[in-house]
Amino acid sequence: MKKTGAEILVDALIREKVEYVFGYPGGQVIPIFDAFYQKKEIKIVLTRHEQAAAHAAEGYARATGKVGVCLATSGPGATNLITGIADAYLDSIPIVAITGQVPTYNLGTDAFQEADTMGISTPVTKHNMLVKDIREFPRMIKEAFYIASTGRPGPVLIDVPGDISRGTLDNYEYPESVSIRSYNPTIVGHPRQIEKAAEMIKNAKRPIIFAGGGVITSGASTELFELAIKINAPVTLSLMGLGAFPGEHELFIGMPGMHGSRTANQALQETDCIISIGVRFDDRVTGHVASFAPKAKIIHLDIDPATISKIVKVDIPVVGDAKNILTTLNKIVTPRTTSEWNEQIKKWKGERLFSYKHSEKAIKPQYVIEQIYELTKNTATIITTEVGQTQMWAAQYYKYSLPRTFISSGGLGTMGFGMPAAMGAALACPGTLVIDIAGDGSIQMNIQELATISINKIPVKVAIINNEYLGMVRQWQDLFWNKRYSSTCLRGGFLCVDCKGPAHCKTKYVPDFVRLAESYNILGLRATKHADVVQVLKQGLEADGPAIMEFIVPPEENVFPMVPAGKPIDQALEEL
Amino acid sequence: MSIRTISVLVENHSGTLSRIAGLFSARGYNISSLTVGETEDPSVSRMTIVVGGDENVIEQVVKHLNRLIDVIKVIDFGNAPLIERELILVRIDSTKSNRHEIVELADIFGATVAHVSATSITFELSSTCDKVNDFINLIKPYGVKELIRTGKIAMAQPKK
Repeated sequence: MKKTGAEILVDALIREKVEYVFGYPGGQVIPIFDAFYQKKEIKIVLTRHEQAAAHAAEGYARATGKVGVCLATSGPGATNLITGIADAYLDSIPIVAITGQVPTYNLGTDAFQEADTMGISTPVTKHNMLVKDIREFPRMIKEAFYIASTGRPGPVLIDVPGDISRGTLDNYEYPESVSIRSYNPTIVGHPRQIEKAAEMIKNAKRPIIFAGGGVITSGASTELFELAIKINAPVTLSLMGLGAFPGEHELFIGMPGMHGSRTANQALQETDCIISIGVRFDDRVTGHVASFAPKAKIIHLDIDPATISKIVKVDIPVVGDAKNILTTLNKIVTPRTTSEWNEQIKKWKGERLFSYKHSEKAIKPQYVIEQIYELTKNTATIITTEVGQTQMWAAQYYKYSLPRTFISSGGLGTMGFGMPAAMGAALACPGTLVIDIAGDGSIQMNIQELATISINKIPVKVAIINNEYLGMVRQWQDLFWNKRYSSTCLRGGFLCVDCKGPAHCKTKYVPDFVRLAESYNILGLRATKHADVVQVLKQGLEADGPAIMEFIVPPEENVFPMVPAGKPIDQALEEL
Repeated sequence: MSIRTISVLVENHSGTLSRIAGLFSARGYNISSLTVGETEDPSVSRMTIVVGGDENVIEQVVKHLNRLIDVIKVIDFGNAPLIERELILVRIDSTKSNRHEIVELADIFGATVAHVSATSITFELSSTCDKVNDFINLIKPYGVKELIRTGKIAMAQPKK
């Protein structure tokens, strides 16, 4: 039977059990959108910007572990996807991005809406492919899904020229499986290396487990829990790992690094053995690398050999899948009883991992997040975040107990991530409460998605913590740039002269988020007083469908602790 | 800092070269030389890359090359004994008066005459990189008009 390239693609996506495609049409993908027309098996979610389509695909993938799919046209459609693709690349998120391209006979002619999508996307994809021959198209789609979702996952892009999607192929077979001679990720950890790791753990006096996104990708939370209990070791989770270990558990000591807990940072500096699992020792974690964990031997479990000894020298590497390695390790590891080390950790941890100055005169951003936690801790909830201060507070003050319940742009730090990611997560997990914890700056980077949410009735809740600033940059300017708030005040512009601070500012803040929500037919609520917070949250969270909840917070609140960039992690600044 | 030769077997299709070049440029590593050509299996190309860097840089290069989907195999020759060759074409200022002298010098290295004109003489030489460098240094005083080096290709010596 004869099928067009576009039909081959749509059939393949159905075969791959894709539920949603987040996309935006344009000239070179009209044939593909046409093949989707009135298909019942797959729903197209028309976003209002291609970047949001990529983030929504990520949100879907991050919430489920399944491959998320986004689709855009050639040229600007493809370039707009790039930020989302790069975001997925840095956080190892499996997405397949499909882009239209000018017809093969026009390639390289600077044709209308032509961009070198292969060239642009190469550094930010796990793999990418240009379809030059329709006979190769089915295999390429199969490979894209396979590569995206196996090994260390990541984004794969398929660039589809217009003549390929319009072209036809007779009697094709969609491959059942693929085998790529140059791609065979190591899954099973080397038994001798695992034995060595067990030996090192046995001899450790002050062990600590440092786990990250790899545990979530691998689905190894149960195994991680078993190991922690067995060896009675404190657990610190990177931002990407939050949820891999219960946030309320006594062994949990919070996130390490720049805005990590003092307990986690102290423990890392004192430990004699780090059992690191699916982490990559990002600079936001290590601070000054040479001073990082000076007394520690390091065991590193990771599926990507290139991550091992990339930043810190590893003593015992174990390459493979976290779940696989941990299952073996748990069988042979010697249990540890409570020791002085556990007592020390307990002392450091005290009552709570993070604290701030409470006030009832204002709405403290941390308080809003604590209240969100209190109201949702017994309900299936996914938190997505924007980027900046609110992201850090969401990481500090919400206690995640399950994997895939904290969805955040970790590596790339992409503003505008949270709301489209929440759309993808909400569609992936019907019945789960999905809340985007947002700042007023970041939310505006993809605010147009309110339309997508409204029209498709996606029940996303957005909590906007409004400090009228680009808070994280303002915080750096406050602490390290002599309070010169260059271009971080969202009330300010180039017309401002002699600024005396927000208290004396007569410029009206825009937008009015409540009226904006209403203009999209979305419930909009605002809390301006401490006493209103819980009520607004309850009303917003309990309402049917999406809601915007705005919280007016003091403009100059900072995130603490804070380890200044490049400093050792035990030299954190605290709130004065 | 050491100079290392890395041999990479890759899928022979478009885009592979830019992928590999991008891997180096994204990390600020400089490639000293790079040669590409088909192997005995036409679906596979071999790249011979000479790169300078400390042990850590080399380790990263090898690991990241391995990570690319199009890369089938990476061989870091390390300090293993190699059979290596580089081909050069070099054109030297030369007139009747010194032609004989130059050809005699070239003979010592096994360079052959590729072209002669009234004002120049062009040699080709295929040899180890060290010998190629020695030859270039010796003929430099005569005036090198143009020099083209292919970059190194290398094979490990068989164990027996």
